[in-house]
Amino acid sequence: MNGAQDLGGMQGFGPVRPEPGEPPFHAEWERRVLALTLAMGAVGKWNIDTSRAARESLPPAQYLGSSYFEIWFEGLKALLLKTGLADAGEIASGHSSAAPVPLARILEAEQVAPALARGSPSARPATAKARFHLGERVRTRQMHPAGHTRLPRYCRGRQGEIVAVHGAHVFPDASAAGAGDQPQWLYTVRFAASELWGADTTAASVSVDCWEPYLEPAEAVHG
Amino acid sequence: MRQDPPHPPNSLQERPAAAHDHDHDHEHGGSTLSEMDLRVRALESLLVEKGYVDPAALDILIETYEQQIGPRNGARVVAKAWSDPAYKAWLLADATAAIASLGFSGRQGEHMIVLENTPATHNMVVCTLCSCYPWPVLGLPPVWYKSAPYRARAVIDPRGVLRDFGFTLPDAVQLQVWDSTAELRYLVLPMRPAGTDGWSEEALAALVTRDSMIGTGLLPDIVAPATAKEPA
Repeated sequence: MNGAQDLGGMQGFGPVRPEPGEPPFHAEWERRVLALTLAMGAVGKWNIDTSRAARESLPPAQYLGSSYFEIWFEGLKALLLKTGLADAGEIASGHSSAAPVPLARILEAEQVAPALARGSPSARPATAKARFHLGERVRTRQMHPAGHTRLPRYCRGRQGEIVAVHGAHVFPDASAAGAGDQPQWLYTVRFAASELWGADTTAASVSVDCWEPYLEPAEAVHG
Repeated sequence: MRQDPPHPPNSLQERPAAAHDHDHDHEHGGSTLSEMDLRVRALESLLVEKGYVDPAALDILIETYEQQIGPRNGARVVAKAWSDPAYKAWLLADATAAIASLGFSGRQGEHMIVLENTPATHNMVVCTLCSCYPWPVLGLPPVWYKSAPYRARAVIDPRGVLRDFGFTLPDAVQLQVWDSTAELRYLVLPMRPAGTDGWSEEALAALVTRDSMIGTGLLPDIVAPATAKEPA
């Protein structure tokens, strides 16, 4: 989705302002939002791609006007509503008015350390041969799906070179839509910065991780 | 008199009154809790009441990311790579395994890639689409990393970003930017500062900044006093 989350190359936000000695959290509620988001993520009702899609679906003005933990909070509420785990009245009041939905698992205290250590690897067995090889010139597709995608706008329809081949990984465009993992080959594509920005850049190159459906052979365009 | 500390500039746009502006006159129920505190408390109460979350698990999650996991982990990886050529070769070939051998692995570091800075090449890592960041080695991302100014500008004007951090890179150095769009997580291996020959891994690790492992910081060379040598 061409939403407010797709920020690469936008201008006018002003300088980056690092905060010396910045703590991990700036308020108690930020601690709670992190923990609630991670704990509810372990329940298995959604995945990282549906979570990202929920955050990106905030209205653009709200997205840009929120801190990142506020965005997480809004995303968590949206997922609870979407999956029926809670309703809007319950979320506002903080009290349950309907029976809880039975869950296959919850994150128990003693499971936190093993769950974090395990993580959620996205690599999957490949079901087909890789279409592209190291060093190959490719072009990203000109695409603007209404749903979730991980191909930023600034590098669509651009030529680059495959600089790494990473095996097959969960395809977020499908996973976020609830269509399963649908693993696809994942590549790192290096674009010359001039291919993306013309002369208006101070980068030499920008490398982007691209799933195979985002790519076509460079020759396909030039014949 | 206003008691609360100034709010950090932490919205994506870094607007000045990010968390809660007190230029209104409602009461806060006699407490200093912000609107967000109240809303998040309500949600937590609900999820506990429904039995969806274990309150003890929440406390462990917070303690883990506030106290245990942070950029000192990544600094140990960098210092070992500077000290041990075989480890560095492993790190560049299979970063996930090499980093896990030091005990750092798991969530948001499942698939690690290490990018080596050289005299000819400087690397900078961003996530333009959200806030992807290598948690096991760097901890949670700082506000600026998740903010619009960095996410917008790193891919088009990384030298300008470096200037915001107080660093200028020579024109001859190629600046390579990496946008973390997948579940690969990138860690920059900064150049070892000159003047550190013979230093212990512990002493080297103390030189490594978080920002140098993102690519928004450079590490100054060590200028030894004329009359003394650095401790071995």
